[in-house]
Amino acid sequence: MTTAALSIAGLRKVYADGFTALKGIDLEVKEGDFFALLGPNGAGKSTTIGIICSLVRKTEGAVKIFGIDVDKDFAAAKRLIGVVPQEFNFSIFEKVGDIVEVQAGFYGLSLRDGAVNTEKYLKRLGLWDKRNAQARHLSGGMKRRLMIARALVHEPRLLILDEPTAGVDIEIRRSMWAFLEEMNQAGTTIILTTHYLEEAESLCRNIAIIDHGEIVENTSMRALLGQLTTETFVVDLAPEVPGFAFRQVDAQCLELDLTRGQHLNAAFAALDSAGLKVMSLRNKSNRLEQLFVSLTASEGSVETLVHG
Amino acid sequence: MAESTPHLSPAEAKSTLSADWVAFRTIVIKEIRRFLRIWPQTLVPPAISMVLYFLIFGTFIGSRVGQMGGLDYMAFIVPGLIMMSVITNAYSNVASSFYSTKFQRSIETMLVAPIPNGVILAGFVAGGVARGLCVGAIVTIMAGFFVDFTIHSFALTVGMILMTAVLFSLGGFINAVFADKFDDISIIPAFVLTPLTYLGGVFYSLDLLPDFWRTVSYFNPIVYMVSSFRYGIFGVSGDVPVYLSVAAIGGFVVLFWTLSLMLLNRGTGIRA
Repeated sequence: MTTAALSIAGLRKVYADGFTALKGIDLEVKEGDFFALLGPNGAGKSTTIGIICSLVRKTEGAVKIFGIDVDKDFAAAKRLIGVVPQEFNFSIFEKVGDIVEVQAGFYGLSLRDGAVNTEKYLKRLGLWDKRNAQARHLSGGMKRRLMIARALVHEPRLLILDEPTAGVDIEIRRSMWAFLEEMNQAGTTIILTTHYLEEAESLCRNIAIIDHGEIVENTSMRALLGQLTTETFVVDLAPEVPGFAFRQVDAQCLELDLTRGQHLNAAFAALDSAGLKVMSLRNKSNRLEQLFVSLTASEGSVETLVHG
Repeated sequence: MAESTPHLSPAEAKSTLSADWVAFRTIVIKEIRRFLRIWPQTLVPPAISMVLYFLIFGTFIGSRVGQMGGLDYMAFIVPGLIMMSVITNAYSNVASSFYSTKFQRSIETMLVAPIPNGVILAGFVAGGVARGLCVGAIVTIMAGFFVDFTIHSFALTVGMILMTAVLFSLGGFINAVFADKFDDISIIPAFVLTPLTYLGGVFYSLDLLPDFWRTVSYFNPIVYMVSSFRYGIFGVSGDVPVYLSVAAIGGFVVLFWTLSLMLLNRGTGIRA
């Protein structure tokens, strides 16, 4: 059996003002996983990450990193984690290279090891040319990458990213995805929170959805997507598709509901027999997004999407 | 896969003790780099104001005052002025550095790392001591242009300066922990530190005071620091016995350290 990279049991957090951010959650992330922790704003994602990284004090519960209880051996547990926070948290007047090297020092790396790893990760994140620039002169995307380099400088086995691609353009986002996939393939366990569900769907193998301080779903991405009973396709053409629920959007465009058990082949056959030619086809919305909305929406709204 | 024993990277394999030492050194270097980077704010102003004190109080007025506490007035004020610059600079270094670390949230980068709170505290205090000593040295060199002096007891002089710098660095730390906005780190210096320093026997001997105010002055810790420091330099016995000063300042250092560490362990102002 593999030790879980992260194991959380009965985690509860009540803030000083009485707000219960986490109502006793259990969560396990396997070593080598690429894990998505999703949830609406204020659901408890950042509180959970804050507790894992000891930025937030837990009210109750246990957190283990690769089997090490953070309460019992905080130094050993912390050395295994790298964290990329949601908000920029470096001194904007410091130089890029210094920021990363200082972090290496915080983790106890010798000056030499610190310098070697700083160079390695600044190069991998395309920031080596900027090493002597003050952090305030970096673009938004570079600042994000700086925080990733900083989180990796002590070569953690578990990398936690709290919305790493917020406000980053699509090109940089894609290169960050490629980088993270590479890190994951090399053995780093990755936990990601994001508001871009496309990002979670394409990167992550397992997923937990947290809402109002509780885990409302915790499964594999494949199983979760398998829960979709209806997918809506937008088909660009004209009407009359026998056997399928459809809505005509305009003269050239249909929305076609495909319920579980129905095949696209059958839909195409029906379209064909109706004498309609399909020019293009796309999902109406991102599949994970559909599920996410139904899982976190208030009761009675979009349940039709998910059975049970 | 078998029950995995965590693979130790070179960093993990290092003993915690040496990792703590590296972390401490890193914080101190970072702190020193900070006050050197902003030297026009941190090193130059104290030098200028102390030269003004030497000129005005020492040279212009001092020549008419004559002797004070067994010394030329100029010589009498030198230790107090050195001490004053050490106190304010140690204090404000830690107060503003820790506050901005908190404000910019870069404190998080220390909190996520395996650094014991005592090491974080020691790092910031050492940074404050470094700036205090740096400014103290500049002022001492300036003083050398106005008055000739040799140091009577090197151990006492250095010891007193160090303890004072540590104490006020801790004071600045506690201030920063409770500070919620930038104004909060100038209130204590303005309303507590400056009055205590000016009334701490920098410019006059307590002998000049009426009994009542002399007694009140004995409750001012800065009196002990200045008096003993003056004794360390000139060997002229001051307002209070040296052993009492060392004990009192040592006591305060222990008290402030304990309080600071408690605040840090509790996460006051930094951990939700």
